[in-house]
Amino acid sequence: MGALNVLIAVSIAYVIFLFGVAFLAERANKRGQGGFLRMPVVYTLSLSIYCTAWTFYGAVGYAARSGLEYLTIYIGPSLVMIGWWWLLRRMVRIGRTQRITSIADMISSRYGKSNVVAAGVTILAVIGTTPYIALQLQSVALSSSVFVGASGGQDVELTSVALYVAIGLAIFTILFGTRNLDVNERHYGVVMAIAVEAVVKLFALLAVGVFVVWFVADGPADILERIEASPISGWHISGGRWAGLIFLSAAAFLCLPRMFQVMVVENDNEDHLRTASWAFPTYLMVMSLFVVPIAVVGLELLPEGSNPDLFVLTVPLATGNEALAMLSFIGGFSSASSMVIVAVIAVSTMVSNHIVLPIWLWANRMEQVTLSGDVRHVMLLSRRFSIVGITLLGYLYFQLSGGGSALAAIGLIAFAGVAQVLPVLIGGVFWRGATRIGAFAGMTVGFAIWMYTLLLPSFGAWSPFIMNEGLFGILWLRPQAMFGINGMDPLLHAMLWSISLNTLTFVVVSLGSFPTPIERLQGAQFVNVFDHSTQAPSWSGGVAQSEDLMVMAQRILGARETQDLFEREARRQGVNGYLPDPDPEFLQVLERQFSGVVGAATAHAMVSQLVGRASVSVQDLLAVANETAQIMEYSSQLEAKSEALQRTARQLRRANEKITQVSEQKDDFLSQISHELRTPMTSIRAFSEILRDSEKLSTKDKLKYSDIIHSEAMRLTRLLDDLLDLSMLENRRVKLNYERATLSDLLDDSATVALSGEEVDLRVRRNRASENIEIYSDVERLRQVFINVIRNAQKYCDAEKPELRIKVAQSDARLTIDFIDNGSGIARKSQEGIFDKFVRVNASKAGGAGLGLSICREVMTSLGGEITYLPGQGGAAFRVILPESATPPVQ
Amino acid sequence: MSERRIVFLERQMYRRHRLVDAIRILPFLGLILWMLPLTWEREGPSTISTSSATVYIFLVWFVLILLSAIAATVLGKGGDREISEDGQRPEEH
Repeated sequence: MGALNVLIAVSIAYVIFLFGVAFLAERANKRGQGGFLRMPVVYTLSLSIYCTAWTFYGAVGYAARSGLEYLTIYIGPSLVMIGWWWLLRRMVRIGRTQRITSIADMISSRYGKSNVVAAGVTILAVIGTTPYIALQLQSVALSSSVFVGASGGQDVELTSVALYVAIGLAIFTILFGTRNLDVNERHYGVVMAIAVEAVVKLFALLAVGVFVVWFVADGPADILERIEASPISGWHISGGRWAGLIFLSAAAFLCLPRMFQVMVVENDNEDHLRTASWAFPTYLMVMSLFVVPIAVVGLELLPEGSNPDLFVLTVPLATGNEALAMLSFIGGFSSASSMVIVAVIAVSTMVSNHIVLPIWLWANRMEQVTLSGDVRHVMLLSRRFSIVGITLLGYLYFQLSGGGSALAAIGLIAFAGVAQVLPVLIGGVFWRGATRIGAFAGMTVGFAIWMYTLLLPSFGAWSPFIMNEGLFGILWLRPQAMFGINGMDPLLHAMLWSISLNTLTFVVVSLGSFPTPIERLQGAQFVNVFDHSTQAPSWSGGVAQSEDLMVMAQRILGARETQDLFEREARRQGVNGYLPDPDPEFLQVLERQFSGVVGAATAHAMVSQLVGRASVSVQDLLAVANETAQIMEYSSQLEAKSEALQRTARQLRRANEKITQVSEQKDDFLSQISHELRTPMTSIRAFSEILRDSEKLSTKDKLKYSDIIHSEAMRLTRLLDDLLDLSMLENRRVKLNYERATLSDLLDDSATVALSGEEVDLRVRRNRASENIEIYSDVERLRQVFINVIRNAQKYCDAEKPELRIKVAQSDARLTIDFIDNGSGIARKSQEGIFDKFVRVNASKAGGAGLGLSICREVMTSLGGEITYLPGQGGAAFRVILPESATPPVQ
Repeated sequence: MSERRIVFLERQMYRRHRLVDAIRILPFLGLILWMLPLTWEREGPSTISTSSATVYIFLVWFVLILLSAIAATVLGKGGDREISEDGQRPEEH
């Protein structure tokens, strides 16, 4: 009786201690003092819920029965952790970016947020987890009964102990597991309690191990000798089981709902994984270090037929170490309770989000959800009921199965069941072609084979006929020898067929089916999670009214959080108040918030109901899926931009040069014009002074001086006329008088006028036949141009026998008249400026003001034609081009 | 001066990439070492004893953990950043 009381007292004290730890951790976090809660070591220790009571007690029993085979259960997860870079890192990043709440949520989110897939995974998880919870309850009940029985106390009612434990754990889980709804606000209390329990169970097992090695035996050397002498001295493990179990434990490590919960959902910082990658294998190694010694010593010490599963407890008891036995009991209790708590949280979240809530929403219609009914309340309630339900299920399973040895074997069977998610999980993370239908088909096939070949035979559910002759008498369908594979280990056999056919179905159906847009979008986001961590299953279209969204959000997230969120979003959009526009970005943020509470599938369904759209647009899809194209486009845009910039720079440079030139020309113009005006003015002034002041001038002189004054005044007038003319031409204020004329006549006139009264003889060569063209233009203006050009030749041609050729050519659209002399022409660098004002190529021969060609150009522009310098003709060459309109067809 | 700096940075990035390669290879090394027991004889006089098998398996474990810890620590020393697939900083979000 005393032993039982002590046991109960210690257990209750330990439970109170756990509650205290969880409570203090929650409070510290709320006060912002929870820095220690986010240390990598806490994350690593929380992973230790992998080591349940089954591994705490069972590993020793396993070793006593099958030697080193138990190590496979630890080696698999060690390999997964050491290979974190491949898969875990991706899973954690995806879990964080997509706000994943459970493994079912992860799978459903990847496969187009399908609730059917999520429900399937949930059912698998419940079936796989329930026996496991039963196992934990059994271990606690069994260990306490052994403890009390060995102390000579009364027998303990196994089932009642299990019931109390179940109730206690359910209360703890409800208190600390449903405190906050949003999974992204992590369960710091629970995680901290689990970390403490991890230390307790490790310490307990180490204590027993140290006791066995150094106090019962004489140190490591002695232990190795004892191992040699024991029944498990040789290596008798079949290769298939060794490899198969390593694979199975690795798969289970990734797929078990409780592992996913602590590894991905409760992960606070991706960097913690880096530490856990070596720290957790260390934990596993240390946990398994003393298993064989304890088993060997137990086999030696204890009478034949005693349960090896309880050696951890019975060895200290048999050697009279009650305190150590108590510690060992607490260690086992820790393992059991932490597993149950996390497993129940994980599975209840799945059940509530993927089964209860969708049914409730479906039953209540979406319109009512937004207007009445408190989703938040419903969710909390459903999650609490799920917790109670699953714990109860575990208890019932324990009671119905009678807690026999069948339960011990269930651990691996459950592993194999949960491992059916693995192909879909890995395919979803690495293969964009994986589709929802493929995933569903694969999991269904795997699950069915697992049930048929492993789970049901373990209950003895099949008749001997089916076991021996196969279903419907088909030999190939024998549950433990499918397709004629005989004599294989049943577990290995089931695993081989279920996983391989699962994968095959998944791949083949995926290859043959076509994913919906949202599947493709999610697929791209999962597979390329490191490329674009901006996740955009975006909503376009603004059917939803912000107010409706707010009403709904308040029911899910709570009023305060919703208002904060909406205000923040409104501010981001630059809107005042609490109602942001329902733009895609905002809807996406909102959906992600929802999915942290109700899971991706339900969140998507809720928002899509309200927004009135159930899928993403092609644009959204392209935006994410074609990121390569985007990058390429972006770089080509950059290229185009830089090209445009270069072009602009070139243009600017040219403009700058031009401006500099123009400014210089303006200066030249001013000095030129002053000079041009000054010269005649000076002589006018001088001669008029002479006329005024000298009284004795002869009439002849007077006449001569007056002539000079007159001619200088004329020159001034001409200059001013030219300037005025040019200015008017430039401003297009010239009235043009169009009339008909023959080109040859016009050229005759021009040559005569241009060459009259000049001393140097310029010979003009023409081809009169080609000049017989009737033109329609401002003849006077055109004549002005011709005269100017001919006069230039006459003035500047430096040949010994100056000669000017006038060539007329009529091409399809225009008439060209070339004036080519036989001089040395104009230097290339001067060619560009010759049409500018006051530019004289040869300043020494300056006769005019340098306005002639400027005027010519303006005239030609006014007439719709042009005048250009024609290089490469052996002398100075000007081409006058008349437009088509100037040469009307001859009537 | 500036050229040297660039060479140094590239070298660092190169080291980082090789470090990630090492981290990727480690699980395969472990798998191969731990699959060696498949080749052990299970019956007959030359059966491996449980004690030596224990020592071998735990030795592999210890070496793997040691290598993994060294790699993870060196990777962490590169800064507080997270590392993306190609060893570059991902965008903040």
